Amino acid sequence: MIRDPKDLKRYTASERANHWVVGMSFILLALSGLSFFHPAFFPLNQLFGGPVWARILHPYVGVLMAVSFLIIFLRFFKLNVMTKRDIDWLKRAHEMVNGNDHNMPEQGKYNGGQKALFWALGICMFLMTVSGILIWRAYFHFDITAVRLGVLVHAAVASVMIGMITVHVYAAIWVKGTIRAMWYGTVTRAWAKQHHRGWYRQVTGK
Amino acid sequence: MPLQSLDIKRRSATTTESTQARTPIEVAKLIDVSTCIGCKACQVACSEWNELREEVGENIGVYDNPTDLSAQAWTVMRFSEVETAGKLEWLIRKDGCMHCADPGCLKSCPSPGAIIQYKNGIVDFNEEFCIGCGYCVTGCPFNIPRISKEDGKAYKCSLCSDRVAVGQEPACVKTCPTGAISFGSKEDMTELAARRVEDLKSRGYENAGLYDPAGVGGTHVMYVLHHADKPELYSGLRKDPSISPMVSLWKGVTKPLATLAMASVVLGSLFHYVTKGPNEVSRKVEEEIEKEDAQ
Repeated sequence: MIRDPKDLKRYTASERANHWVVGMSFILLALSGLSFFHPAFFPLNQLFGGPVWARILHPYVGVLMAVSFLIIFLRFFKLNVMTKRDIDWLKRAHEMVNGNDHNMPEQGKYNGGQKALFWALGICMFLMTVSGILIWRAYFHFDITAVRLGVLVHAAVASVMIGMITVHVYAAIWVKGTIRAMWYGTVTRAWAKQHHRGWYRQVTGK
Repeated sequence: MPLQSLDIKRRSATTTESTQARTPIEVAKLIDVSTCIGCKACQVACSEWNELREEVGENIGVYDNPTDLSAQAWTVMRFSEVETAGKLEWLIRKDGCMHCADPGCLKSCPSPGAIIQYKNGIVDFNEEFCIGCGYCVTGCPFNIPRISKEDGKAYKCSLCSDRVAVGQEPACVKTCPTGAISFGSKEDMTELAARRVEDLKSRGYENAGLYDPAGVGGTHVMYVLHHADKPELYSGLRKDPSISPMVSLWKGVTKPLATLAMASVVLGSLFHYVTKGPNEVSRKVEEEIEKEDAQ
């Protein structure tokens, strides 16, 4: 299954599987969660066998996401430590979004935007897990004030998280040649040289 | 239901109007705490009429039995011994749903039609549509709804909506031996309460008054209290209750706004792609790599 022996390996099979578990559980959580978020989305619960099943299943999928996200977080946090170069990148991010990436500072395996998203998602996931436990009535009975704070935080952070994941997915679609890294783990050398030149130098020695 | 369906003022998780043609009068149940003897006949009547049987509990040293509301106990008498001005008072309050004009449960419920408010003021749970999330418990300012351990659905006093629909008073009212519980139009009950309050005041209860808290738009279960200035004396009846600001924020305009924000991120992405085009590897870099390969 090697397309080009000179392609660069970006993710191992286990990292890819880990990412897919997080991704799939996110999709299931977003669809079932939105059904309770606003009446406009209520029909989405039919995908899960009706509203009662959606209510029962949602927290268990949440546990799956919390655990698989924690593993992916521990695997990648060292690679996502912010440096000055990343701040410079973020300052120029609007140029890139505008379609001109010629002046972007050289990036390692992850650019400033990816790193910012990584940490923001980490904070969101933490808040979602804690608030989710507070409102999981099948098993937990917390003080009413904590539960009220829980429902508020859960709904607010969920909408922020859905927005950020949308940006994450769109970025992968926008930057051509990225999605294959998620499917089979490799990227072309040209892709790496263009978007992550620091990483390209590091792995090719050029 | 067909007739009652014409009398629905509001239903949960529904953004369009309910039926508005008919205008039946508002009803209310008035509980006169000062004439209640704590016999629990109302509890028994409630369990008889509604076919509920709470498990026989244990005596915990006070008269409270059952000790709390549950899916099988929609009303309970709460007994408290209070010392006021060196005098012991035994305050007994029949606890249960207050049928708020602005119900926190209905506001919080995510399931369309699982909670309905009739035009006569009764707030009713339609367990058929209940999904068991417990949001009604989160939204209620009076800590009333209970989730059944058996079926995961929420239960509470219905103010005998089935009886009221056919012109009868709730079972607890019908059975009360001292006449401490009355039922009628909210207007009549407010008048009756005023007479009782006047009587209590003439007997030395200066702070007697009607409990019909404005913070929840008034209630359709009201109390005559001898100490209306200190409702907390009656087993923690809340003074100035209202829907928690956290619940209002959670269920207010924030959700439509957040929905709009999420939709604009998706649409923004789409139009970014359409207007700016994909971010592809430049021809220059591709050529550099091709040159390397040729070497």
